Amino acid sequence: MKKLLLAASAMALSAGAAAAEDVKIGSLLGATGPIESIAPNMFTTVDLVVKEVNDSGKAANGWVFHNVRADSTCIDNAAAQAAAERLVTSEGVKGIVGADCSGVTRAVLTNVAMPNGIVMISPSATSPALSVDPDDGFFFRTVPSDAREGVIMCQVLKDRGYSSIAISYSNSDYGKGQAEAIEANCKEMGLTITTNASHDDGKADYSAEVAALAAAGGEVLVVAGYIDQGGKGIIQASLDTGAFSLFGLPAGMYGDSLPENIGPGLNGSFGQHPTSVAEGYQTYLDAAKAFEPSFDGSTNFAAQSYDAAALIILAMHAANSTDAKVYKDKIIEIANGPADGSGELIKAGELGKALELIAAGKAINYDGATGIEMLENGDVAGTYSEDEVKDGKFTSVGIR
Amino acid sequence: MDILNALTAFANFILVPGLAYGSQLALGALGVTLVFGVLRFSNFAHGDTMAFGTAFVIMFTWWFQSMGISFGPLPTALLALPFGIAVTAAFVLGTDRVVYRFYRQQKAKPIILVIVSTGVMFVMNGLVRILIGTSERNFADGERMLLNPQDWKAWTGLAEPLAIKTTAVVSIVVAVLSVALLFWFLQKTRTGKSMRAYSDNEDLALLSGINPDKVVAVTWVLAAALATICGTLYGLDKSFRITVYFGLLMPIFAAAIVGGLGSPLGAIVGGFVIAFSELIITSAWKKIGSYLLPDSWLGDGLYQALSTDYKVAVSFAILIIVLLFKPTGIYGAK
Repeated sequence: MKKLLLAASAMALSAGAAAAEDVKIGSLLGATGPIESIAPNMFTTVDLVVKEVNDSGKAANGWVFHNVRADSTCIDNAAAQAAAERLVTSEGVKGIVGADCSGVTRAVLTNVAMPNGIVMISPSATSPALSVDPDDGFFFRTVPSDAREGVIMCQVLKDRGYSSIAISYSNSDYGKGQAEAIEANCKEMGLTITTNASHDDGKADYSAEVAALAAAGGEVLVVAGYIDQGGKGIIQASLDTGAFSLFGLPAGMYGDSLPENIGPGLNGSFGQHPTSVAEGYQTYLDAAKAFEPSFDGSTNFAAQSYDAAALIILAMHAANSTDAKVYKDKIIEIANGPADGSGELIKAGELGKALELIAAGKAINYDGATGIEMLENGDVAGTYSEDEVKDGKFTSVGIR
Repeated sequence: MDILNALTAFANFILVPGLAYGSQLALGALGVTLVFGVLRFSNFAHGDTMAFGTAFVIMFTWWFQSMGISFGPLPTALLALPFGIAVTAAFVLGTDRVVYRFYRQQKAKPIILVIVSTGVMFVMNGLVRILIGTSERNFADGERMLLNPQDWKAWTGLAEPLAIKTTAVVSIVVAVLSVALLFWFLQKTRTGKSMRAYSDNEDLALLSGINPDKVVAVTWVLAAALATICGTLYGLDKSFRITVYFGLLMPIFAAAIVGGLGSPLGAIVGGFVIAFSELIITSAWKKIGSYLLPDSWLGDGLYQALSTDYKVAVSFAILIIVLLFKPTGIYGAK
């Protein structure tokens, strides 16, 4: 039976081959390196999109999509650029899902994607720098920038009626970037930042750091750190000395171990973490399961990879061209739909329907697996859950 | 009222933490100074001896907790302390037997012994990593706060909180008891006197019939006990992490050298000098200043001489200044 099916599909493929045009989508992700444990699932979701589109039979112009994988290594810029160069020049890909980590993404964008005119949609690069880097309109991402959380944190603080805030951040790229984003956004909203000081991770005693923070004062101490490192130490020392009793907790501090370790002193503190409330998330998980029973689509950035690949293919159809210079202008339009909201909402697993609508000249609003809503600079707004610690547990009190 | 608020802020952020940290450093420096006085070398393995002792105290604490034994409002670790000291003393005596004795018989120069102790340090460090891992361990139990900051505010009506952790008081009390016991031992007992004699003049001591093996063994046991007590108090008050204990070597040596290597009294004074210098220099004085000075005198600054990231640099700077201008330290004679 299997053989028969295989033969039949092979026949079907070769029959269609006459009019078919192969369109290659590159996926440039860290098959090796620090994120090698989550990269395989990110690759697989691109396969999933390609299969969904090809199987729907709705692809225009006889396009047959392929996923060409390449290794970004996550940390080695030279290797990532070489891999991207191979994708573009020898494989002839028309768009790239990737890269993954912020550093290599910036390098590939500047040195390969922009000179060659190839669209890149990163599912996982979160550095705020990518929002302002010049990209000639070729760069998008389906994961919110770290800076976005700064905006949300400040809105939460403001809505709760606080006006004077102290910030303590982990002395790392992540902590520093987040603290800068929070300070800039809060000042813009009219909040006072009394101090913005770093703390080193891995120390046993944070009472001196807390003494300096206490001297600066503030109603709330925002701790942009790590949950099992200095962030926890700062909170513990603040409570022990009575310096602060309310804490703002960005995503790095979200986790059940924090209230467990700190105890009732943390009750009333609040924060936010990225979440997905998209209706399409479940259909995406189901599609992933159907595609490959052993495949768990819920791992980090896999859903974002699905949306990145889907956006590229849908934009190609909307522009009726596989030329990145042409279809890049359609991506935001596809992601958000027309401004009047008349676009039909497309969830994950409905790519065939989307292609049909595009072919019929109707507007769509791609929501996908993660609830894509793009900002003008090619970033996504992202969805955050606002949390509050109640009775020693993080409880979601709203969605932003 | 303003003066009371300023005093409270000073007590909360400088006096109480300084006293606790100072007692911990003093105990550590005592161990270093004892080994230096009797065995005549700087024991770089002292920080990891502390970690080793604390690791065993933590494991005994866990065992006691699993059996439901507790010490009421006081940390269970205090009950586990004698067991931790016993294991550490046995280990240190074993190290002396296997490593240091060889070099003593060779009459090796002190610098060689320092390098040997560095080797011992690495071995102990590795052992502790295998035993208890590299992540943070919190083992403080019992009543956490002796004086709750909210209670203080409610009682006094002051704007400034004052908090006293149980572990801070335990640190000070245990340190005072240990030091009193040590001084009594050194001054009054026969073994203590022979230790001091051996330290003052080895040849003369040997001539007068003092058993050198006994003196060396007692010194190691005392050093192990002081290291374990110091490590446990620090771990209770702050938290236990092997890399931190390795880093404690710096302020502990600074304390011992400031006080004068070989002088027990100097080690105690040095411990408090280092602890309060670190706190006073890296503390932000804005809050205290705001109570004592008119508002118009204060600008936006935090009045902080050095960022808290440079805490270690303070003990390093004091160490260098002392070595440059008074290498024998405050009480050192030799």
